[in-house]
Amino acid sequence: MLRVADICKTFNKGSINEKTALDNASLFLDKGEFVTVIGGNGAGKSTLINCIAGVYEIDAGRIFLDGTDITYTPEYKRSQYIGRVFQDPLMGTAFDMTIEENLAIAYAKGKPQGLRPGITRDDVAFFKEKLALLGLGLDDRVKEKVGSLSGGQRQALTLLMATIVKPKLLLLDEHIAALDPSIAKKVLRLTDEIVKEEKLCTIMITHNMKAALEYGDRTIMMHDGRIIMDLNGKDKQGVTVEWLIDQFSRKVGAQLDNDRMLLS
Amino acid sequence: MQLISWATLQGSLELGIIYAIMALGVFISFRTLNIPDLTVDSSFTLGAAVSAIMIGISQPFIGLAFAFLAGFIAGTVTALLTTKLKIQPLLSGILMMLALYSINLKVMGGRPNIPLLNKPLIFSFLQGLAGARYTKLFFLMLILALILFLLYLFLKTKLGLALRATGDNDQMVRALGVNTNVTIIIGLALSNGLVALSGAIIAQYQGFADVSMGIGMVIIGLASVIIGEVLFGVKTLLRRLIAVVLGAVVYRFVITVALWLGMPPTDLKLVSAVIVAGALSMTVINEKFQSWKNKRANGGCEGGQM
Ligand SMILES: Nc1ncnc2c1ncn2[C@@H]1O[C@H](COP(=O)(O)OP(=O)(O)O)[C@@H](O)[C@H]1O
Ligand SMILES: [Mg+2]
Repeated sequence: MLRVADICKTFNKGSINEKTALDNASLFLDKGEFVTVIGGNGAGKSTLINCIAGVYEIDAGRIFLDGTDITYTPEYKRSQYIGRVFQDPLMGTAFDMTIEENLAIAYAKGKPQGLRPGITRDDVAFFKEKLALLGLGLDDRVKEKVGSLSGGQRQALTLLMATIVKPKLLLLDEHIAALDPSIAKKVLRLTDEIVKEEKLCTIMITHNMKAALEYGDRTIMMHDGRIIMDLNGKDKQGVTVEWLIDQFSRKVGAQLDNDRMLLS
Repeated sequence: MQLISWATLQGSLELGIIYAIMALGVFISFRTLNIPDLTVDSSFTLGAAVSAIMIGISQPFIGLAFAFLAGFIAGTVTALLTTKLKIQPLLSGILMMLALYSINLKVMGGRPNIPLLNKPLIFSFLQGLAGARYTKLFFLMLILALILFLLYLFLKTKLGLALRATGDNDQMVRALGVNTNVTIIIGLALSNGLVALSGAIIAQYQGFADVSMGIGMVIIGLASVIIGEVLFGVKTLLRRLIAVVLGAVVYRFVITVALWLGMPPTDLKLVSAVIVAGALSMTVINEKFQSWKNKRANGGCEGGQM
């Protein structure tokens, strides 16, 4: 479904701030595969996702989605097939617009735009049905502005917006990192439900190693712009957080900066 | 001192209604798209110029349509400078303002002022209708209501939703598959179209087009938007749009009263600038005031304790 072949990305090329964020990173995802990504700060996880999404143009390599070369496709066009949830709960929604208006924009993906009514009565009924599944009581609040929602509610809404038109690929960049533990757990569970239900091909970056092992079919570890470990299927079974940390220090020859990593 | 005459107040209301159309344009760029577009100053004049030279060539209402179109194109060019050439919006607007000054003079055939006395204007057909005193006012209200209605409908369409979201969070809009360059172009085009339309109606209302009539227009528009927000709220889209209109009318009344109190007309722009500066700094002033109040409420412990 997704093939990332030897992509490189260097920021601020030629200046003293030059930083190679991706160094010949390659990744292959099968249809419906759910991959979790871990790695220290600055490992290049976000950059990988942003390059796949088209936020940054890559310096070298190729990206294929469902057999189509999207390496030079503009971000907004790729977004027709890619759903995204960001770390910052403010990034995924338009705060000054209502819940139903936000959903309507997401629901218009891949449909003719233009001067049709933005929201029909059928749409609202459908949105309410979908919102009810989140179990956060948002289905009664469709006419409220998103600005009045909590971070967790916004992330759940963004998740729904990213998947309301089934994407070929779902990209989640630490989408629960900014949330309180209890609501983070809830959003994580919702994510897992939606991904499984829709059989979505998903890349989920997480700072929570336990969650990375618990969820998904596969876990990859990044360091210095490269993928240094890829635990697939049965390799992943029985793996503990301690083992992962140990592997990391062996491969990298340094301690994992676990100040931001949640080990439990 | 004499009271303000009813005729003066009515004139002020009429002007407020016409300027409200311009303020709606400013609302689209500054608020909806969150882009400080300074093209406004000269697209206002452009509209006036186009409608002035169209008089005698065709129907005055067709002249209005062309004025709108001219503003629409001007806004499109500004948006292209911003989106395609990546020139900062503020600079794009200033560049267009400068370029349009020359273009406006060209449109006006090199004359800095075109009088429109005794020409067929959009108000001409009202002459001889019953209730002559108020026909102009009602006619203007009708135009404004129509524009308000159409604009509201537009902002509720799929395109309109995407346009509003662009100002809120452009990254999200791109992540949802919409080309934000397109929404910005359409937004700025529509904004300047409305501004030009307002300029065209003003020219017909006052009976001349002048090459400098748009100076400071963006500030007047912004003042109207802010006054509307403060006095009438921002709760829903419809409320916001109506607030802009009421803000424009209130602004006009304030100016009328100031003039009536003896302020020289040449101070008008100074007063406008002060109003906007005050309104823009309102949040900061509010915060300062709050923190001062908090400090006082905390009483004597300010200096001594940890
Ligand atoms: N837009 C950018 N401009 C310059 N440097 C960047 C940019 N984005 C990321 N980087 C740098 O690239 C490296 C990888 O960053 P990132 O992908 O965000 O790491 P991670 O998400 O794994 O913490 C970091 O050193 C970061 O400072
Ligand atoms: Mg990151």
